[in-house]
Amino acid sequence: FVGVGGGNDFQWCFSQVKGAIDEDVAEADIISTVEFNYSGELLATGDKGGRVVIFQREQESKNRPHSRGEYNVYSTFQSHEPEFDYLKSLEIEEKINKIRWLPQQNAAHSLLSTNDKTIKLWKISQRDKRAEGYNLKDEDGRLRDPFRITSLRVPVLLPMDRMVEASPRRIFANAHTYHINSISVNSDHETYLSADDLRVNLWHLEITDRSFNIVDIKPANMEELTEVITAAECHPHQCNVFVYSSSKGTIRLCDMRAAALCDRQSKFFEEPEDPSSRSFFSEIISSISDVKFSHSGRYMMTRDYLSVKVWDLNMENRPVETYQVHEYLRSKLCSLYENDCIFDKFECCWNGADSAIMTGSYNNFFRMFDRNTRRDITLEASRENSKPRAILKARKVSTGGKRKKDEISVDSLDFNKKILHTAWHPKENVIAVAATNNLYIFQDKIN
Amino acid sequence: MRKRGSRPIYMPVRRRREKANMYSKGTKRKFSDGVDNKAVAASYSLQRQSLLDMSLLKLQLCHMLAEPNLCRSVLIANTVRQIQEEMAHDGSWQVVTEALGGSGHGPSDRLVDTEVLCQSSEQQDGGPRLYSVMGYDGCREEEVVTDKALCSVVVGDRAPALLLGTIGHCWDRGELRVEDGVSKDSGTGEEEGTKSGEGAKMATGQVFGTFEIKNGAPGSDPALEELFSDVDASYYDLDTMLTGMQSAPKMGPYDFLDSLASSHGSVSNSSCRADLNELDHIMEIIVGS
Repeated sequence: FVGVGGGNDFQWCFSQVKGAIDEDVAEADIISTVEFNYSGELLATGDKGGRVVIFQREQESKNRPHSRGEYNVYSTFQSHEPEFDYLKSLEIEEKINKIRWLPQQNAAHSLLSTNDKTIKLWKISQRDKRAEGYNLKDEDGRLRDPFRITSLRVPVLLPMDRMVEASPRRIFANAHTYHINSISVNSDHETYLSADDLRVNLWHLEITDRSFNIVDIKPANMEELTEVITAAECHPHQCNVFVYSSSKGTIRLCDMRAAALCDRQSKFFEEPEDPSSRSFFSEIISSISDVKFSHSGRYMMTRDYLSVKVWDLNMENRPVETYQVHEYLRSKLCSLYENDCIFDKFECCWNGADSAIMTGSYNNFFRMFDRNTRRDITLEASRENSKPRAILKARKVSTGGKRKKDEISVDSLDFNKKILHTAWHPKENVIAVAATNNLYIFQDKIN
Repeated sequence: MRKRGSRPIYMPVRRRREKANMYSKGTKRKFSDGVDNKAVAASYSLQRQSLLDMSLLKLQLCHMLAEPNLCRSVLIANTVRQIQEEMAHDGSWQVVTEALGGSGHGPSDRLVDTEVLCQSSEQQDGGPRLYSVMGYDGCREEEVVTDKALCSVVVGDRAPALLLGTIGHCWDRGELRVEDGVSKDSGTGEEEGTKSGEGAKMATGQVFGTFEIKNGAPGSDPALEELFSDVDASYYDLDTMLTGMQSAPKMGPYDFLDSLASSHGSVSNSSCRADLNELDHIMEIIVGS
């Protein structure tokens, strides 16, 4: 299916927006990660305050056949609390850096959530029935005097208001000296990896007191440090393969069968630098902020500051596709360096069919690229375009001297409004876009 | 404290006319014909020095935060290293040292622009060194490491390829404002009027100023003071910094940082909430969980 709007056949519409309308954004409410589960029925968000909010899609109702199921709050819980590291005199932020769902194995749902230092496995289960008529205890739970029990009865299950409970089942702590930037569940459904600035660890989901270090790029002498790990991901089908990206714009693919410590990569992906565009900022903008395998496992996508690149795993020397996200910022790099925006870490995502990719930008803009038609579109997540089923209009940034009507000039872009986190439903054309403290959900228009 | 919307003193002043040129030119960067090459080179050096100063400032501030973002620190440090390598290649390093009256030192000895930051750690009288101002141990390793990376940059053989134009057109700070409610055009107009006179005078001062501070305590040099007059000098006082790190993080420095960077994740978001978790945490350590 086609994932990008602009043509007659396909358009994106506003569906829902979650979050406060206030201009004053509380820092704790800033969304820091968004993730659909495997079926797309659940959508999880994490925020800077350490909370996780899970939305569930309602069943499509017969009353409103034109709108797909809406996402409503299913569960909210405090995943991480701020901590203080006494040995180092430092506060550990409670901000949720990543959430990754585990494949569903029973009625309950499980996910991994992580802050800078600690990963937690949460089980979310719901109860909508309760048992009544116990023999050994009263309705209020008090034990009955056994001598008073004269007859036996079978407890009956009665419906109750749905109660959703989240409980921490595993806490994977004390394995990372540096800040965790990625977690990724392996295709074997038994292990997962976590990556910080200098190391990648492999865990078993059942074992919390041990993890295997599989990548360590910490130099013996920290003064020699020039490169850090920025993201890591497990291959979607090959449980022995994973990749990690670096601040120098390189990606290393590793095979865990080759050695216990995967310091030597199996494949090394790097695009040669274009000498004509070299500047003092070249390295910074080449730093990869996100890496994602395609669902097929044949490709991977990387996001650096100005572009998104699609790589064929069989070709290491250059990407097969490059998409410019906001090339008009290239002439602004110095200002963006000064205000630190150049260090913003944008994420990227594939659609279910791997035919389209999406990533965020500034001014609450986000971009989508259709890999087949090579069409791209810029859309905006804003309250102004928030009427139900309103079709999103394509936005354009004017780069030349003349600014057309409806275009916005680079000067007018709001660099405080950045869309770093987006997610695409695994099967349908439904996308979730995090704009600071608001979560926007867009769907395709049903004719 | 630098007021919102104002540009720091060390940034070169750009004429407004150049703004329009940058827009109409698209992505290719070229200086127009007829510009004197020497002027171009001087302007480029100035801008490069500004970038160096800005980067060093970022690294210093970085170490005042609760826990610096390692990726950002590494990228900034690499940028500083690149600039220094290029300056050494250019010979501009040597020009400066000759002007200072330095005798017979090789360029590598003079890559000490950042020694001021390493030196501050040497000034400490024993005691536990929680971190060195320029180093990745700000990321809180168990071992304390002195970082002299930038003090001992080895000058490589290859000259970094660099397009003057690319740098030149990046410098127009007037374009971007992250802070809300700042009227860009009126703001820069005002500033350019008052500071254009100072600009030329600052240029020479700042190039030499950064070398002079290596011999004195930070903040005591008049050139340096002028450079950072916008900034509260206590931030560069080592004692203040150390005290700040040992107690709960102050909000003071963050205001300054906010004017440099908007919602960047490296800024610690709240004061210490040790009381809430203190007992639990201690128990965890004791129990060894």
